[in-house]
Amino acid sequence: MKRRRYLPQRVITILSIAVGVLGLALVARSDPVTVAEASGHAAGETDYWPMVFVFLLSTFIGLGVIRRVSRLLHTPLMSLTNAISAVAVVGAILIAGPDYPPEIRLLGGIALFASVTNIVSGFLITDRMLKMFKRDRSE
Amino acid sequence: MSPGYVELFYLVATALFIFSLHWMNDPKTARRGVAAGAAAMFLGVAATWAQPFVVNHGWMVLAVVLGIAVGYPLSRVALTAAPQRTALSHAFGGLAAALVGTGKYYLWLSEGPEELTTFRMVAIIAEVILGCITFTGSLFAAGKLQELRWIPQRPVTYPLQNVFNIALLLVAVGIGTWLALNPATPEAAFLFPVVIVIALMFGILLIVPIGGADMPTVIAILNSYAGLAAVAMGFVLENNLLITAGALDGASGLILSIIMCKAMNRSYLNVLFGAFGSAGQTAAQEGGEQGEYKADTPQSAALIMEQSTNVVIIPGYGMAVAQAQHRVRELYDHLKKRGVTVRFAIHPVAGRMPGHMNVLLAEADVPYGDLVEMDDVNRDMPQCDVALVIGANDVVNPAAALDDSSPIYGMPIIEARKARTIFAIKRSMNPGFAGIENALYFDDKTWMLFGDAKHVVGEIVKELSGDAGTG
Repeated sequence: MKRRRYLPQRVITILSIAVGVLGLALVARSDPVTVAEASGHAAGETDYWPMVFVFLLSTFIGLGVIRRVSRLLHTPLMSLTNAISAVAVVGAILIAGPDYPPEIRLLGGIALFASVTNIVSGFLITDRMLKMFKRDRSE
Repeated sequence: MSPGYVELFYLVATALFIFSLHWMNDPKTARRGVAAGAAAMFLGVAATWAQPFVVNHGWMVLAVVLGIAVGYPLSRVALTAAPQRTALSHAFGGLAAALVGTGKYYLWLSEGPEELTTFRMVAIIAEVILGCITFTGSLFAAGKLQELRWIPQRPVTYPLQNVFNIALLLVAVGIGTWLALNPATPEAAFLFPVVIVIALMFGILLIVPIGGADMPTVIAILNSYAGLAAVAMGFVLENNLLITAGALDGASGLILSIIMCKAMNRSYLNVLFGAFGSAGQTAAQEGGEQGEYKADTPQSAALIMEQSTNVVIIPGYGMAVAQAQHRVRELYDHLKKRGVTVRFAIHPVAGRMPGHMNVLLAEADVPYGDLVEMDDVNRDMPQCDVALVIGANDVVNPAAALDDSSPIYGMPIIEARKARTIFAIKRSMNPGFAGIENALYFDDKTWMLFGDAKHVVGEIVKELSGDAGTG
């Protein structure tokens, strides 16, 4: 009985993932600016609406996907999202990498160190925890 | 690599991140989720690093190597320390966001103040404030969880605490707003660090009044902040991957904190500003006339359990502290061998982070099919012969259902009191972390087993295995 109730929800989630990814694809295409310096666009003309849309859509996708995560796995979920939020590594590279003044690069380097720590420990410990979850002993 | 290719890589990485979380819905596919997440991260890093303007390879390799050197040992910690590790990793995430935001601000300030548009300044300020709060707040939470001696374990409260904290945050936001409107003035370069310092202070002050029982919620909230800081960073750097991945993380923290709040029947604001501890202590003083409790021995507990047909074990933080999960699994094995139905009742906020008990029991090799959620087990509780409470307190406290003056009134609990017999393993009769007296221990059907959880469960197991030898 209980399972049946979840079926439409499952369909909705998969559909919303599909629509969301499509939306993200369109928005990403319509946003020509990746790194302001690299493409040298004029100052003060950030077209920020596409980014707000990306934020909104990904939040909804996140809510849809995470609502269905098994309660058993909330600790691994948290360490996995920890690792995923270490995507800040991208920002760290953009600060540490280019030919910027040394103090800026220092900040970027520390940020890079912190993010890599999270990536390594986050993914490894998540995998370590998940290996332990067994439905029965024979597995 | 041209920006077009970078965007394509980011797009694939985003899709992989979404699937990574999607696969977490079932323990069978969850490890695939980790692989997808790691692959996505690799794509994101590779695409960013390969861009032509990234030139400081030596410096970055050094940072990466150091990160791996610190990160690897952090992934090997005992799983009882998983809450601390998680909090520490939120702190690192917040630090990274705050540093990148600060770096970008001073870079633009020195090289092109006209780049500091209002939108970017708002994003930078949001990134730095969220990052700093997450950094010190999580560090402090990690210290509390690790029970460092110089960090007060009990909630620390003082008069006008909330007024002071909120005023402090308003000052930071006020200065931030002024900075957003006047980003390139000479004063701005000096006011920016003021915002940083206030946000760092606010992070600590936010965690000081929070007790151990609220930690699962607070960790989830900090998780959400770390994600939102990454989103703000994405707005600053105009980077879609940061926005999408940060939003996924923010959503995850939000959902987990909502689940935790519901499991405690409290609101978001109440957890952050409720000062749970002070209310709890007065309640403990009022509840003086509780009557007598009865102590029993592990031997007779073993005798009763092996003669029952249905045993529910309710683990709590005490099991984690005593590292008793392996002994508990031995108990589970012995009872199963005798044909006793054994299940574990897991309260959503048992332990110090969401899902804490599940991970510890999985570590001890208890199959997850026998871990049941609160709502499912409560239906069967009247048919249950023995409820064995191991180091859990508030989550079985009948006051939550019966006593409307209790600070935990309304919180959903595991109804251990409805079982025919209750055994509660407890170190002593001191009230639990929240400081609330528990009427369950004074119930006619309840027998107390005093001692360290690992030791007591070990004694029960010894008794059961001795029987097997003679019989």
